[in-house]
Amino acid sequence: MSLWEYANPRRFMRLTDIVLPWSAGGAALLMTVGLIWGFFFTPDDYEQGSTVKIIFIHVPAAMLAINTWFMMLVTSLVWLIRRHHVSALAAKAAAPVGVTMTLIALFTGAIWGEPMWGTYWAWDPRLTSFMILFVFYLGYIALWAAIEDPDTAADLTSILCIVGSVFAFLSRYAVMFWNQGLHQGASLSLDKAQHVADVFSNPLYVSIAGFILFFIAMVLLRTRTEIRARRMSALIARERQEAA
Amino acid sequence: MFLPDLGKYTVPVLGAYAVALLLILILTVQSLIRAARIKRDLAETEERRKHHD
Repeated sequence: MSLWEYANPRRFMRLTDIVLPWSAGGAALLMTVGLIWGFFFTPDDYEQGSTVKIIFIHVPAAMLAINTWFMMLVTSLVWLIRRHHVSALAAKAAAPVGVTMTLIALFTGAIWGEPMWGTYWAWDPRLTSFMILFVFYLGYIALWAAIEDPDTAADLTSILCIVGSVFAFLSRYAVMFWNQGLHQGASLSLDKAQHVADVFSNPLYVSIAGFILFFIAMVLLRTRTEIRARRMSALIARERQEAA
Repeated sequence: MFLPDLGKYTVPVLGAYAVALLLILILTVQSLIRAARIKRDLAETEERRKHHD
């Protein structure tokens, strides 16, 4: 069986009928375990005190903020190359999830930054590229809403998505390109000097897994809604045509 | 006390969790409400089409 078979809306709906409840249940379970473990059962950090507990929401949200855009990039490219409607609708469905995650990362980062850096905001390379990514998300959602013809909207938003990928990439790697700014490097790294201690990384992995499943559940739910909305628009258009 | 002792960082830590969970809740509820509404509207439209045909 080929992956492209799921570009058929009926097959996609049948598959997601099964996958959606499992991913939603897994998300609820893992997010609850990860966040309770991180919030209640981890010690304070010797430098950051209890603010280290913010890591269990900030890092998963930031990871998803960036990777949602990359998922949108892949599905947008599939739309541009193969013209599968489900992939364009999946990109559209993912954008509100991505913007929410970006907002969470920006908010929790600011709240965490104030006690640690002495400021809520700095024009640091990573923070700035994240802010630009947030604006791109808003622009992407607005563009979908502004264009009536769905295929034209999918074309133009796909191009916007390709352009915005630069900032998604910079959000991830800005710390490496510019050795300046307040934001530290990756919390989860193969470099032992950078990697957070196991007492924090274990609940963090659970929380990240929960956030990923939450993302999958939300994108599937929203894509199913977009497919139904598109079918409804087509039926209504046919009714109008017949009435005219 | 039910909450762990967060010391002088009680407000920022609780604030970060509250904002994040609120945004996740808003996204979830909005997605579920829209999904239910569109599903119902589509069913009505299909039913109307069936009668029409």
